[in-house]
Amino acid sequence: MINLERVRQRAESDAKTSGYYLNPDQGFLNNLLDGLKRNEERYGYPSCPCRLASGKFEFDRDIICPCDYRDPDVAEYGCCYCALYVRKDVFEGKTSIQPIPERRPREKQDRAYAVSTESLIPERTSERSDIEAKASSQIKMKMWYCKQCGYVCFREEPPYICPICKAKREMFAEITIHPEPHAFLT
Amino acid sequence: MAIGKIESVKVSGRNNKHRVLLYALSTCAWCRLTKQFLKDNKIEYEYVDVDLCSEKDQNRVKRDILNRGGEISYPTLIIDNKILITGFRKDKIREALEI
Repeated sequence: MINLERVRQRAESDAKTSGYYLNPDQGFLNNLLDGLKRNEERYGYPSCPCRLASGKFEFDRDIICPCDYRDPDVAEYGCCYCALYVRKDVFEGKTSIQPIPERRPREKQDRAYAVSTESLIPERTSERSDIEAKASSQIKMKMWYCKQCGYVCFREEPPYICPICKAKREMFAEITIHPEPHAFLT
Repeated sequence: MAIGKIESVKVSGRNNKHRVLLYALSTCAWCRLTKQFLKDNKIEYEYVDVDLCSEKDQNRVKRDILNRGGEISYPTLIIDNKILITGFRKDKIREALEI
């Protein structure tokens, strides 16, 4: 059993370290925290309560709270997609909270749905796992570094905003590893 | 009750002037607000909690939303089989339902 209080504490501490606030509407906030708790119970990770998860970690990674889209959404709209995290002016009631558009790219949504569509046709588990493997192999993980602060991460795409120095995505470059030159000398 | 083949739950209300279908998620706070809003305004509606559906129905919902020119985002309201509203947008909902 996942404890609701722990889900709340985790969100509070994350809001604090990121310079955000939690939604000031307590009823709405409780519903979000409860949604996170239920997702953690059924999927094993707290995926966004306002998005449909596939239940497969590799397809849902970007929507595990705090999601990949939170930082650019809070910066642009004052709150994240589900409105768990809000900006200071929103917390203080100076700006109202409105539903915001989905920033998650369609191809990421489609990938998760594709697994379930294709898996409808073959009922046999071996064919089903082939489809899942094919879909997972489309995910190419790479190493990225922030040219501003040196933060390094291993993921499909660089973050929208550097979690350390807040530099934009354009400041990230891919790290490519070249074969060692002395291999040719011996 | 079924919409096409998708299983939905019917909520009765005094105002049944329009046919209202809501695609929602059981964990979503915005979807919950939408359900409450419809209930408070005594609107008769049907809803589908997409996360609790079979994978087959999840894909049917996705296709239905996309065919109507919507985005895959919840809540999605479909009014009288022609007006699609993405997100809990009170003004748009009021206008479409004439309340």
